[in-house]
Amino acid sequence: MLHLAEGLRLPTNGLDYTLLGIYFAVVLGIGFAARRSVKTSLDFFLSGRSLPAWITGLAFVAANLGATEILGMAANGAQYGVYTVHWYWIGAIPAMVFLGLVMMPFYYGSKVRSVPEFLLHRFGPSSHLLSSIIFAVSSVLIAGVNLYALALVLKALLGWELWISVVVAGFFVLAYITLGGLSSAIYTEVLQFFVILAALIPLTVVGLKRVGGWGGITDTLSGEKGGAFMTAWDGTGIGSANPLGANWLTIVLGLGFVMSFGYWTTNFAEVQRALSAKNLSAARRTPLIAAFPKIFIPAVVVIPGLIALVMEPTLGKTEKGLQYNDAIPVLMRDLLPNGVLGIAVTGLLAAFMAGMAANISSFNTVFTNDIYAAYLKKDRPDEHYVATARWVTVAGVLIGMGTAFIASEFSNIMNYLQTLFSFFNVPLFVVFIIGMFWKKTTPAAGFWGLLTGTVGAMVNYFWLYKQGVIDIPTDQGANFVSSIVAFAVGAVVMVAVTLFTKPKPAEELAGLVYGTRSPGEPEPLGEGDDAWYRKPALLGWGALILAAVCYVPFSF
Amino acid sequence: MSHDSTPSKPAAQQVAKDVEELERRSQTAARLFDVRRIIGGLFVVYGVIVTLAGVFASEEDLRKAQDININLWTGIAMLILGVAFLVWLRLSPTVPPPAVRDGDAAE
Repeated sequence: MLHLAEGLRLPTNGLDYTLLGIYFAVVLGIGFAARRSVKTSLDFFLSGRSLPAWITGLAFVAANLGATEILGMAANGAQYGVYTVHWYWIGAIPAMVFLGLVMMPFYYGSKVRSVPEFLLHRFGPSSHLLSSIIFAVSSVLIAGVNLYALALVLKALLGWELWISVVVAGFFVLAYITLGGLSSAIYTEVLQFFVILAALIPLTVVGLKRVGGWGGITDTLSGEKGGAFMTAWDGTGIGSANPLGANWLTIVLGLGFVMSFGYWTTNFAEVQRALSAKNLSAARRTPLIAAFPKIFIPAVVVIPGLIALVMEPTLGKTEKGLQYNDAIPVLMRDLLPNGVLGIAVTGLLAAFMAGMAANISSFNTVFTNDIYAAYLKKDRPDEHYVATARWVTVAGVLIGMGTAFIASEFSNIMNYLQTLFSFFNVPLFVVFIIGMFWKKTTPAAGFWGLLTGTVGAMVNYFWLYKQGVIDIPTDQGANFVSSIVAFAVGAVVMVAVTLFTKPKPAEELAGLVYGTRSPGEPEPLGEGDDAWYRKPALLGWGALILAAVCYVPFSF
Repeated sequence: MSHDSTPSKPAAQQVAKDVEELERRSQTAARLFDVRRIIGGLFVVYGVIVTLAGVFASEEDLRKAQDININLWTGIAMLILGVAFLVWLRLSPTVPPPAVRDGDAAE
């Protein structure tokens, strides 16, 4: 949860508010203009599977680049130093490449409309319903938590009352998603991606000049925090201490493998962007195109965190003073003149709204498609489901707004909730990975793996860690361990259950399991998709090599 | 859980068929506007406003941004990005999707 310190009020003026107002008007315009393209439920949920790869790719990275991510990763930069790059180069890129190269043919080729729907095909109704309900509940609550975080930030920066921010931001998100469905969510995300960069790049440039460039940062912080603070791997040997509270094994396994693969490959708020691409080639390229901006985002997020620490050495030192989360707002306040300041405020607000919109647009799809149409009201005409999805969007935003108000009363509970939800992706990932690569895996194993993996992570976090049964130095370190536990428990249970239950017949698994193909003709390549720069393998391996090269200056 | 595996084959194939049918009736490709127009338009407007703020920058603005006229540079960069999107749209406009083929209906 974001709590900004007092005294961060930005010196905004009419110019800044004009820029903000223009953005709100454009977003609403996108909603109205996208409305006429929504004819079927597929248009509403997946933009009719018709978008080009560069749009879905930028939306893929933007859906992740919410404001909590930006402020949070800058905070991590100030708190943990250069270690924060692990969240990008090992904690995102390999998983994004795996999604594009290995998993996307099964997702896109099987023509599923959501991640839970894939479980329906691969395993059956029980795991489908379980994961749909978990996803629907968690995405609405996360949307609410996002909205509350937005209200806190706006109160600190602009002095807006909490309820005004919640109502205004909630209303705009509600309006453009109800009107245009996923198309307006994706278009807004692409727009937000460019606006937030137009804010973060000037911020970083001016900040670097202020602290004497990269050399200035290194000199100051290596002196104050020790040399390891400015490296990626120093002090991560097992048993040695470092600011992150994690060793190389938990970083590679917990963050790099389990947590990141869980988030990037099975979180429907992300995967939905790829499923809306116009053909299989575009769908595979979606996370691969997203990987390249993702590699360079630390330059405009983590570096500002370090700059803020140089400028304000008291950051995060005292309870009352400036917190790590204040890193970017401090720079905005001290370095940006009116004009660019307005762009920065707009970018931050846009990032909050886009993050919330990603949750809402994936929620309405899963609720309408996987719960309502699959179990409550089957076989209605398609128009009925479009209308339902619009009402579900309204309900989802209203519940999210309600959650935001509850969160203002119980912000600690919300902290726990957020941790809790971070567990759901990992068990889902173990079910996917085993189900995709081991064709004997039975429907019952899918269900019990999902359930016990989730429970296992919770037991580790809330009992073993919080009650002090085992000793882990930081929350981040505990998160890494919890996800490894969830993965191990889920995997063991799946193997055990599979040995005693009946698998699905092989012909029902065509196109769902590694080594099989969807029935019917393979989709022909789109025009121009055979160009060398559109080859998924080249893009994927290129991203991996680039991420590895980025580690070099921070490793030796 | 034991009844999971029985009738799901027709269900899965039915879903794939439904999606194909919806894809044929989908209007997004034909009627959704091009996002490049929006990005280009917004960034040209932002670029002009922020560049003007840079042209008329006050001493205090410059001092705050470490003697970089950050409004001017950001504004010009945004203007270039906006124009680039509009030029790209001009040079390779949205390809209208092929009209619904007759043979498809019989499938």
